[in-house]
Amino acid sequence: MRWLRFLLLILVARPLALFMTGADVTGRERLPLKGPAIVAANHSSHVDTLLLLAIFPSRALARVRPAAAADYFLKDPVIGWFSRHVIGIVPVARLKAGQKADRVGEDVLAPARAALAAGDIVVVFPEGTRGDGEGDGMGQLKSGVARLAEAFPDAPVIPVWIQGAGRVLPKGETIPVPLNCAVLVGEPLAWSGERPAFMAKLRAALLALKDQAPPLRWS
Amino acid sequence: MAILDTLRAFLAAQPPALLAGLAGVVILLGVAGLVATVLTALRPDKSYLELRQRIASWWVMVALLAGALLAGWQATVAVFALISFMALREFLSLAPIRREDRPAILAAYLVLIAAYGFIAADRYMFYLVFIPVWAFLGLPFLMAMLGQTRGFLTTAATFHWGLVTCVYNLGFAAFLMRAPDAERLPAGAAGLVFFLLLVTEFNDVAQYVFGKLLGRHKIAPTVSPNKTWEGFLGGWLATGLLIWFLGPVFTPLAGLGLAVVAATLPVAGFAGDVTMSAVKRDIGVKDTSHAIPGHGGVLDRADSLTFTAPLYFHLLALFALNKF
Repeated sequence: MRWLRFLLLILVARPLALFMTGADVTGRERLPLKGPAIVAANHSSHVDTLLLLAIFPSRALARVRPAAAADYFLKDPVIGWFSRHVIGIVPVARLKAGQKADRVGEDVLAPARAALAAGDIVVVFPEGTRGDGEGDGMGQLKSGVARLAEAFPDAPVIPVWIQGAGRVLPKGETIPVPLNCAVLVGEPLAWSGERPAFMAKLRAALLALKDQAPPLRWS
Repeated sequence: MAILDTLRAFLAAQPPALLAGLAGVVILLGVAGLVATVLTALRPDKSYLELRQRIASWWVMVALLAGALLAGWQATVAVFALISFMALREFLSLAPIRREDRPAILAAYLVLIAAYGFIAADRYMFYLVFIPVWAFLGLPFLMAMLGQTRGFLTTAATFHWGLVTCVYNLGFAAFLMRAPDAERLPAGAAGLVFFLLLVTEFNDVAQYVFGKLLGRHKIAPTVSPNKTWEGFLGGWLATGLLIWFLGPVFTPLAGLGLAVVAATLPVAGFAGDVTMSAVKRDIGVKDTSHAIPGHGGVLDRADSLTFTAPLYFHLLALFALNKF
């Protein structure tokens, strides 16, 4: 299964990402090659996951695990199998409206913590869902990433801004259209000891990367 | 040994002038690489990273294009289709496009496939009218059916500009590969394409070098502040002479036809460079992407080619080729 995943990522995901997005990466050398490490990216499309899996060097690929919503990706058995074994997702149980946080509590991040403890590189989308690129292009950040950083204070948190994936395949569309995407990898952030301050630092780092990205004329 | 024999037979079947030309380019790149290595060793305080990246990228581009030219028209058409695709993708990614236009973007890629299909099928008349007439009308019609009228004319013009420069004009370079042997070409059809690429890129480099050495008077200060009259004229003279002396080796051009190509092609290269600079300045970027390390995007490298390819093709058609 590990080999199947590796071959599919190298032979299918990479050429596909290159064809659909041009995979224009700045700062590739700042991507972590070994875990535990956390990559925190903005989220506007399923293309984000494809693109992030495509830009890691081959020797790090086995370690890269995108965190993904269990309710969305594991509800269908076929997509669930694909998500677990090919994409290699770390399932995150999102809280439904009305669900009590204390009932699910800390457990939603257990698989992600287990992956970090095993030395994996966990890719998280702190917005929690795909945004529509309105406003400053980024939704509210959920603090799960800060809780992971707190649990693994030595794991670097690498901010990544992905520009343009929302045009290739916006939320709700089914047909992707090839358009260039820029991926900007920032300097790793260290756990600062306090959640709100850490989240503010992450948000500022992501927006600073966005400012370096080519303009998106999309109206 | 069988492989060596096959290789020897393959090379023996190629026009000698084409092989000599390619060997010349390889030697030129080797010398450039040597100079960069010596510079790096002599002056460790300065960074020559971009120069070395540039030369490394040249090796990749030369290998890709030389391989395609030697392999024949199918491979060359495929490589140019890829170049057009990457250039068009860069253009449409940077241009102001409306949310509703995603189907029109998809249609633009289908136009690219059809246009290169006409080249592969050797249907010259179809190729000539397809983008300037039918894509010109069809894409805006599709956009109208998509129902968004805000910024309609601007967007229609944007699509057409991208398709003509990135697909139609670059496609002429590929179409030269369909020139038949009956035309008495001194270095085959591949020699025609090789010469176009050689002189266009030589002109880019020569204008840059003359500008760096002698540049005083700005020629287009608001669009390209680094371009100077000295660079333009020096590049014109150097490229014109190159065309005049090497033209007969690779093309059937002679006399008046050769003189016209020598006089106009360097100007077209300059025009392509400056015009694409204006587009980039309007969009607000310096480079169209980072697809080619040290050079920028495909469109940054191919900007002058979008102007020189159709000019070269039409002058060849006018003065030398019976088929077109």
